[in-house]
Amino acid sequence: MRGFEFEQADDVQQAINRHGSSDALIAGGTTLLDLVKLDVMQPEKVVDVSRLPLKRIETLEDGRLKVGALVSNTELAKHEIVMRDYPVLSEALLSGASTGLRNMASTGGNVMQRTRCPYFRDPAMPCNKREPGTGCSAIEGINRNHAVLGTSEHCIATHPSDMCVGMVAAGATVVVEGSQGVREIPFEEYHLLPGETPEQEHDLLAGELITHVILDPPRGGGQSYLKLRDRASYEFALASCAAIVNLEGDRISEARVAMGGVATKPWRATAAEEALKGQPATRETFERAAEAVMQDAVAYSHNGYKITLGKQAIVRALRDATAAARA
Amino acid sequence: MVSIQYSSPASPVGHADPGTAAPARTAGQTAAGSAAAPGRQRITLKVNGTEHTLDVEPNVILLDALREILGLHGTKKGCDHGQCGACTVHINGRSMNSCLLLAVMQQNVEITTIEGLAQSAGFEQGQHPVQQAFLEHDAYQCGYCTAGQMMTAAAVINEGNVEGDDVSLREAMSGNICRCGAYKNILEAVQSARARMTGEG
Ligand SMILES: Cc1cc2nc3c(=O)[nH]c(=O)nc-3n(C[C@H](O)[C@H](O)[C@H](O)COP(=O)(O)OP(=O)(O)OC[C@H]3O[C@@H](n4cnc5c(N)ncnc54)[C@H](O)[C@@H]3O)c2cc1C
Ligand code: SF4
Ligand code: FES
Ligand code: FES
Repeated sequence: MRGFEFEQADDVQQAINRHGSSDALIAGGTTLLDLVKLDVMQPEKVVDVSRLPLKRIETLEDGRLKVGALVSNTELAKHEIVMRDYPVLSEALLSGASTGLRNMASTGGNVMQRTRCPYFRDPAMPCNKREPGTGCSAIEGINRNHAVLGTSEHCIATHPSDMCVGMVAAGATVVVEGSQGVREIPFEEYHLLPGETPEQEHDLLAGELITHVILDPPRGGGQSYLKLRDRASYEFALASCAAIVNLEGDRISEARVAMGGVATKPWRATAAEEALKGQPATRETFERAAEAVMQDAVAYSHNGYKITLGKQAIVRALRDATAAARA
Repeated sequence: MVSIQYSSPASPVGHADPGTAAPARTAGQTAAGSAAAPGRQRITLKVNGTEHTLDVEPNVILLDALREILGLHGTKKGCDHGQCGACTVHINGRSMNSCLLLAVMQQNVEITTIEGLAQSAGFEQGQHPVQQAFLEHDAYQCGYCTAGQMMTAAAVINEGNVEGDDVSLREAMSGNICRCGAYKNILEAVQSARARMTGEG
């Protein structure tokens, strides 16, 4: 593994001051060190943010839940308020990675994790995300794991996070801080579509870091996260769906639907939500919602199955969330 | 408190290709008081209750420091990318993949490897219940994944926040891959250790 300088930051201000554009922050290290070993990320300096005092989970007066960027994935998933009020997020977190990795991984690092596109992870291959302008190896290559929603002719890589899909469904705000001060960004606007600049993945300016993610007040209702993948555990999603269903009698008063594994960013499926609102909570309604989401999907040579799989994920997650709402 | 000083091999562990790694333990004693060589950092790691002072490059991975500098070969390197669990150790009692931890970030924590597992749980002599159960249930074939399996199992049972049914335990253990496919006996061993450790059965 290539060498780098190392500095530890004790508070947010130090982290901001020490963080130059050719440097990387390290929290849990489960994305960063993996990619430095592969020579995909080449930081000159690594700034340790793991000791920043951002490890609390607290309820705000307006009912939102403020999660420090250094809360581990395990702590967040097993926190009693999260398990009770945001079960979709707890389930999403626990479906990701493994026991050991979740103990290491941080909330901020999870938001910032990089795609698992095998060409991105192989410095010998052209990749617009890793080296802008070199071309996309996946579009004409093996693209079985790639996205069908939100793609561009420059990049079709999926965003790999489960946690982020739970957060999009629950509704959240990303809080970032830099030398210009604090900014709050709606979670859905934080990750960027690849468009012509797939190397720009987030609305995070040079020198800024994530300090918190704030979850919207609990939506109640029934919640479910369904993850479909090549093996039962310890594997990234081929398609996943986070669903929150609020019922009034047999009708859906409100629904939130988000998807992972099929899109270039954690995907809010507003088309499904609109198709569900006010409708009876039946399989036919769920299927219409799924069709609405996948209407805009674009398949490549090996990933057409994701359109079908994605629809099934939506239908099944809605079924489970509805059952939970009735329980 | 036992305290031992090392400096990392002249060919830095972190830069070496696994295949051509410099021989382990060329490390000489670090002269107390002298500063670390340029580019290196003097750190103290507390491993299995013993403090070790090491001079390492910042990019040295904990797994390599344990194996190549401290000579603790029980912890294994399978994939080096978080994908197999062979390198699992405990940091303050929690299971973590040591192949994705920087040594310089593991100061002021308790690091436990398979060599210190029994002792860390108060079994000064002999084995940890998880080790006993793996022996009794023949829960390995080649043994390469075994240390990692046992470290994850011991932490999962200790933390007590995973249900005790087979499905939950298999899920909690899924980050430990066994190329030999000894999963059936591994699960039996974990169940029997859990029964012993929690008093349920
Ligand atoms: C084998 C394996 C399997 C996995 N499986 C899954 C899975 O199934 N589902 C899933 O969702 N994830 C999975 N992951 C990914 C894992 O969840 C992420 O690697 C983890 O969440 C990253 O968090 P971290 O704290 O370790 O990040 P780090 O590696 O420390 O950092 C990641 C990136 O974020 C930056 N960063 C860190 N903290 C901040 C901050 N506060 N502000 C701004 N930037 C920051 C770093 O500079 C770096 O670029 C898997 C990972 C591995 C290795
Ligand atoms: S899909 Fe994106 S990440 Fe993968 S090779 Fe193409 S440009 Fe790179
Ligand atoms: S060697 Fe660390 S997970 Fe495989
Ligand atoms: S016993 Fe051989 S890898 Fe598990």
